[in-house]
Amino acid sequence: MTGLSSAGLSSAGLNAAGPDAVGLIATVLQVVLVVVGAPLLTGLMRQVRARMEGRAGAGVLQPWRDLRKLLRKEPIDPRGTGWPFRLAPLVLAGTALVVAAVVPLVTTASPLDSAADLFAVTALLALGSVALALGGLDTGTAFGGMGASREVTVLALVEPTILVSVFALSVRAGSTNLGTIVGLTEADPMRVLSPASLLAAVALALVTIAETGRIPVDNPSTHLELTMIHEAMVLEYSGPDLALIEWASAARLTVLLGLLGSLFLPWGVATGGAAGMGALVAVLVGVAAFAAKTAVLGMLLAAGEVFMAKLRLFRIPELLAGSFLLALLAVAASYFLAGGA
Amino acid sequence: MSLWRKIRKTGRVAEPAPERPTGEAPPEAAKLGGSVQFRHVDAGSCNGCEVEIGSVFGPVYDAERYGARLVASPRHADALLVTGPVTRNMEVPLRRTYEAVPEPRFVVAVGDCARDCGVFAGAYGVAGAVGDVVPVDAEVPGCPPEPEAIIAALRRLTGR
Repeated sequence: MTGLSSAGLSSAGLNAAGPDAVGLIATVLQVVLVVVGAPLLTGLMRQVRARMEGRAGAGVLQPWRDLRKLLRKEPIDPRGTGWPFRLAPLVLAGTALVVAAVVPLVTTASPLDSAADLFAVTALLALGSVALALGGLDTGTAFGGMGASREVTVLALVEPTILVSVFALSVRAGSTNLGTIVGLTEADPMRVLSPASLLAAVALALVTIAETGRIPVDNPSTHLELTMIHEAMVLEYSGPDLALIEWASAARLTVLLGLLGSLFLPWGVATGGAAGMGALVAVLVGVAAFAAKTAVLGMLLAAGEVFMAKLRLFRIPELLAGSFLLALLAVAASYFLAGGA
Repeated sequence: MSLWRKIRKTGRVAEPAPERPTGEAPPEAAKLGGSVQFRHVDAGSCNGCEVEIGSVFGPVYDAERYGARLVASPRHADALLVTGPVTRNMEVPLRRTYEAVPEPRFVVAVGDCARDCGVFAGAYGVAGAVGDVVPVDAEVPGCPPEPEAIIAALRRLTGR
């Protein structure tokens, strides 16, 4: 309620400033939500797992306690590391922040809408991953190199699938702008049930799991160096650098789950059609819808992980090739079936 | 589906949390603020203590609810969980692991062997107790120590 009343106080100035100001507020809210909420999502997912495994769990706030402690610890530059090692956490966190700002999670009428391009977002995610892989290589340890090589293998299979599956959705929208795609789906919700959209949804869900290093592709809580992918690259990071990396991983998971929610369950995303108070209410609904959708998707993912074991490393390309095939079928379906309809 | 039924039927196995342990914590431990990551180092243990540590982080004792977690790298850790008498082969690795932990760092010696070499005192392969190699902040007596005793030592560090 306090959020509503404070928004009401500032609405007089907003009416004069026009829809751009509302879009700006929505974008700022979206970034704040991802920055604050990403560790909470990780905590929620750990808590769901703990409860299903019969444990009590550390609480939803534990990732924030971990981050606070890491920020107070001493930073260490291991002997022999250079600028790629020091730059990687900053690039990873920076790209995660930019993606969190441009992707249409809360609103499609953001002032950064022109940057919310399918290719730009995929490239930004890849830039973060490559920076971290270089940081892992830079340590010169066996596990750093091994983790980097595995991460790049997964990346090479994941990026085309993200591109192709969102491309299947963009064919009908006639644009690779994510905001346009989300807006069009929200205007005509039955599109979600079309074969192209369903195939793309499954492909994108699989790719989200692989990109964020969850079971069955990677185990985020493993202690076995030989099975690690993401963890093996960050073994040498400590203190504030590690805090940045852990926050960025959580933020990427939040953004990808949010994007999945926006693309296939677009209800509640503000479109910027209304003016004045109506636009503000739409933004608040968008915030609530984004938080609820991401939390539900995260809980589903965590519950699914309880029932699964990690795949053998050599079977992961098969899984990802399967998801690429689904994405390809989605594109084919969107061309052939669009002609019939 | 059978796993789902099992989850429903089993419910919570974690035992109710005991009272917060009394006794002094290292003064620096307040900086950790309820989150302590542990790196376990087996310096020459018979693996009796490892079984107990395994159950400490298992579902029944669930040390994770107090903010303790085992990690894969000393760089991620705040504290070392050292078991066994320090053998000649593990003396240098233990010291280097300790040096790899960023400040503020703590060492918990788990079991009688880690405290004073236990039954292995004076053996030809033993370099000394953990306290002879790295500074020890907390000790857990027992051969092997009970999970409750290990939990109490971890909770003094996490403060929860």
